[in-house]
Amino acid sequence: MSTATVTKDPEVRVAQKRKLTPTRVLLYVFLTTMAVAWLFPVFWAAYNSFRDYAYTAQNGYVSFGGFTLDNYAKAWADGNFAQLFLNSAIITIPAVIVTLFFSTMAAFVLARFSFWFNLPMLILFTAANLLPQQALLIPLFRMFREVGMLDNYLSVIVVHIAFQTGFCTFVLSNFMKALPQSLTEAALVDGASVWRQYWQIILPLCRAPLAALGVLQVTWIYNDFFWAVAFLTSGDKFPITSGLQNLRGQFFTDYNLLSAGSIMVAIPTIVIFFVLQKQFVSGLTLGADKG
Amino acid sequence: MSTQAPSASRSATDPPPNKKLELLTGRDRAVLAIMVIIPALFVVGLVWLPALISVLLSFTRWNGIGPVSDIDFVGVQNYVDLVTIYPSFFPAVQNNLLWLVVFFFIATPLGMFMAVLLDREIRGSVFYQSALYLPVVLSLALIGFIWQLIYSNDQGLLNAVLGTQIDWFGDADINIYAVLVAASWRHVGYIMLLYLAGLKGIDPALREAAAMDGAGEARTFFSVIFPAMRPINVVVLVITVIEALRAFDIVWVINKGRNGLELLSSLTVSNVIGEASRVGFGSAIATIMLLFSLVFIVIYMISIYGERENR
Repeated sequence: MSTATVTKDPEVRVAQKRKLTPTRVLLYVFLTTMAVAWLFPVFWAAYNSFRDYAYTAQNGYVSFGGFTLDNYAKAWADGNFAQLFLNSAIITIPAVIVTLFFSTMAAFVLARFSFWFNLPMLILFTAANLLPQQALLIPLFRMFREVGMLDNYLSVIVVHIAFQTGFCTFVLSNFMKALPQSLTEAALVDGASVWRQYWQIILPLCRAPLAALGVLQVTWIYNDFFWAVAFLTSGDKFPITSGLQNLRGQFFTDYNLLSAGSIMVAIPTIVIFFVLQKQFVSGLTLGADKG
Repeated sequence: MSTQAPSASRSATDPPPNKKLELLTGRDRAVLAIMVIIPALFVVGLVWLPALISVLLSFTRWNGIGPVSDIDFVGVQNYVDLVTIYPSFFPAVQNNLLWLVVFFFIATPLGMFMAVLLDREIRGSVFYQSALYLPVVLSLALIGFIWQLIYSNDQGLLNAVLGTQIDWFGDADINIYAVLVAASWRHVGYIMLLYLAGLKGIDPALREAAAMDGAGEARTFFSVIFPAMRPINVVVLVITVIEALRAFDIVWVINKGRNGLELLSSLTVSNVIGEASRVGFGSAIATIMLLFSLVFIVIYMISIYGERENR
């Protein structure tokens, strides 16, 4: 379907027989340095999240010891994490499902039929995803206030849907265009309705891009900070990414606690990183692949 | 030139679908219309319409609270005020430009360079790739928190190692650079992934031909490979610019975009949900952001859809 970037190809095995020249040694030293430097900030947060505040206050952070799990328990309780994680789920799950549903429908029409409006519509969808969100805040804020949707999950959900549908429609329409026309032509001649063509023929073939986009969208919407901060006012409605801020407000200097909170917030995306790497990467590069 | 696997790469060259539109029944047409209109209404109503209203509001004075009839038309006064009496405007423009410069000249080339290195036959390539793109799955807000452990004035790692007492995120002279290091940390991995995908799509014959002509590796890359990745280059350019323009979360988490960390995005937001609600003023900043992004959006749209017309 798409370029699986992080895969092992046969070339790697060839490389293992290759002789180590000084240039190659230098290359490996450089790559290892980069990798260690890149992993370090996350490692550092994880390391200190397991350490007692009193210990690090006394011995400094560049020390070894004082290990504890208390920060996690405290961050979970004080930060109201159970509620915030639930809020993230309440926002992310419907937003991703509706986004994918909308964009498969729009992509189906725009990719499988030659209407005059296909190109303007594709531009309308694709370009919307690239506008700076902050520039839309004022009218949206006022609109949501007018209809009583401020401090309501729904405001965040619908804006996510509107923004992400553009990107997904773009990716899915490219994919659907590449599916052979004969797939639906026969159905059309047989008199199958367009809805059946969409639901029973095209959609089942889109599993791979939908998986990739689904993983990507879950990550993006889960990671959103701005829309939640903009439209939600009560702290107990914040999704976890925006709610982490509260932890710092209360415990400004307790970096161990903040580390534990940060690591917990990162866990779902780290799981995606390890388990769904292929989907995430292909989702990310799907949009870029089109030339 | 597409970099997708064979099945999907045909999309670019296939003739447009020649579905027999006249075979559609009235009901089918209605269904198709609904299938595209509902998503389009969301996108128009919640993205394009607000963008347009922002532009209109930038020519007005309004506190955003009163009824719409309170809105006074003031012409370009908000723009004049922005450049003459608003002290945060030029620092914000400067910071956004700095963001763009650092991304464009440092983070993006570094990401490309790492992709070029890792695209070759390298032992443990997967490990190196994964390490570099780990930050891509993290939100910029979270990155702000994680880097506080390194930058903190009294407890941060950097000061402990250097033996200094610098407030990296607080000192208005240097905090933007500290933030840019953290933001670049994420950007490099993102760009690397895009270029890895691009490089995988390069026809090996191109490389062989260049090698046979006696071109060195650097030469091959710059005169053969890089031009062949034009679609990816455009995407990367657009992503780099848009990300630099949209940057918000990380500075908002640190200090709500004040004291050295002013950005156009944070000024827009401060003018709306801050103490003094100056809608016209905030909208003028929003409009500047919109115009700037539209330039690159148009470039991108031409790049992905423009050629289709000729096929």
